[in-house]
Amino acid sequence: MTNPWKKDFPILHQQVNGHPLVYLDSGATSQKPYPVIEAMSQYYEGYNSNVHRGVHTLGTKATDGFEGAREKIRKFINAKSVQEIIYTRGTTTAINLVASSYARMNLQPGDEIITTVAEHHSNFIPWQQAAKATGATFKFFPLEADGTLDLAKVAEMITPQTKVIAIHHLSNVMGTVQPIKELAQMIHAVGGVISVDGAQAAPHMRVDVQDLDVDFYQFSGHKMMGPTGIGVLYGKKALLEQMEPIEFGGEMIDFVDLYDSTWKELPWKFEGGTPIIAGAIGLGAAIDYLEAVGMDTIEEHDRKLATYAAEQMGQIEGLTIYGPKSERTGLVTFNLGDVHPHDVATVLDAEGIAVRAGHHCCQPLMRWLKASATARASFYLYNDESDIDALVKGLKKTKEYFGHVFR
Amino acid sequence: MSLDDLYRRVIMDHYQHPRNKGTFEDGTVSIELNNPTCGDRISLQLHLEEGKITKAMFTGEGCSISLSSASMMTEAVKGLTYEQALELVDLFSRMMLGEDVDVEKFPLEDIEALTGVAKFPARIKCATLAWKALEKGVNEHK
Ligand SMILES: Cc1ncc(COP(=O)(O)O)c(C=O)c1O
Repeated sequence: MTNPWKKDFPILHQQVNGHPLVYLDSGATSQKPYPVIEAMSQYYEGYNSNVHRGVHTLGTKATDGFEGAREKIRKFINAKSVQEIIYTRGTTTAINLVASSYARMNLQPGDEIITTVAEHHSNFIPWQQAAKATGATFKFFPLEADGTLDLAKVAEMITPQTKVIAIHHLSNVMGTVQPIKELAQMIHAVGGVISVDGAQAAPHMRVDVQDLDVDFYQFSGHKMMGPTGIGVLYGKKALLEQMEPIEFGGEMIDFVDLYDSTWKELPWKFEGGTPIIAGAIGLGAAIDYLEAVGMDTIEEHDRKLATYAAEQMGQIEGLTIYGPKSERTGLVTFNLGDVHPHDVATVLDAEGIAVRAGHHCCQPLMRWLKASATARASFYLYNDESDIDALVKGLKKTKEYFGHVFR
Repeated sequence: MSLDDLYRRVIMDHYQHPRNKGTFEDGTVSIELNNPTCGDRISLQLHLEEGKITKAMFTGEGCSISLSSASMMTEAVKGLTYEQALELVDLFSRMMLGEDVDVEKFPLEDIEALTGVAKFPARIKCATLAWKALEKGVNEHK
């Protein structure tokens, strides 16, 4: 069966190094469907203009597009109010905002931030540095061999000193989904907050921030079929209200006096400067696309593909797969015997197959896995089993090629 | 783009049987460098005496290109003056940029096998890592 969505993604219909492109790097960034590309060019061709400023017609249209996208995002993650949706440059900036504002305002020596060694650097360093700056202790939940958490062990670590849990929802290396709802209950019982890196989860599964009861949640537009340069910080209104902005300038002020100023209300108090207008409109269009397909359909599709890939790849002798046996979503991280992942990726690229090789911005996790680097194939709606069959063929060829040169 | 341009037999030979791999006692300088985008890592030790490199050894983690390049580099620099070593670094960098350099100038013939890397832009950083370590080591000491 041909993939019914692939036709919507113009970039996928090209040859790379003489072969049809097989794009298996959506974990790094996803491809964009026509409606997203068109929404952005319509903005530039038809109503490009600054938001919240002029009274002219184009300005009003731009503001409507920009704020309309915020409402789409609110609905997408089921936040209570658009005031809880802060536009950022991406997941990284969104996490930094929480770590620089909330954490530094509220933590002191003796308090604890708990995370895991499986975090992306973007959800690791901001907290590590916030801990250093405030004198708080930086701790790690123990991971099971497959990257999952044992909630009994987790429960033992959470105490009234635990002020923040910072954790990924879906791991960009292991493909594991963490029990966010349970963690939120545990941390709320001791009066702390949970901040969740949703960069990989938001593209692949339905996220309901009220049901999960998370305090902060971050994700990036570019990994969910939207453009680069736009991302989201969700925060509970009560928390965002007590937080100080970390960027000052135009757009975010209420009244500016010579020696002091006051801020606009939420969400704008965190959005200093001219925002990423086309990016927000593009993300709105991406959400329309995802919703039209249905997040449940996407989740099932990506889960099935990852399971199929793990099965097929697992049959290649000498290939190691990292992460859980079942319950993996959207990706397979692996190593092919002694062949270095760079070499694997280069041979696959010569076949038109794009995979990621390296440490995936997870140096602590690579050390924990005792691998200096790994290769990763990641999937999205526009992939199908034929892509995985091509990958498996490519991997067999890689093995043969290196077997041959090694001999 | 042919894979055989990249993975030449000599390269694979250095990858499988790296020369000068390990550490030694009386090193004059040691340099740790990594490639933060991909996790390759090299630790290079040099023994310098009377303006010359008398010994070079390395340890590290990386792909076939980065490790074979390190193996060749440590072979090539033995006995060179600091200036000669820096000239070699420059020559190698220009070769990686795809410039038509005089490969006869390399004191080790094998290095020429790395010319193909220039056609694989994503891999150039792998090939230059060891040479950057050499440059840093010599500059720190001279
Ligand atoms: C789990 C995870 N967290 C955070 C990020 C950072 O996202 P961005 O680079 O869009 O800020 C990524 C992207 O690579 C990721 O996979």
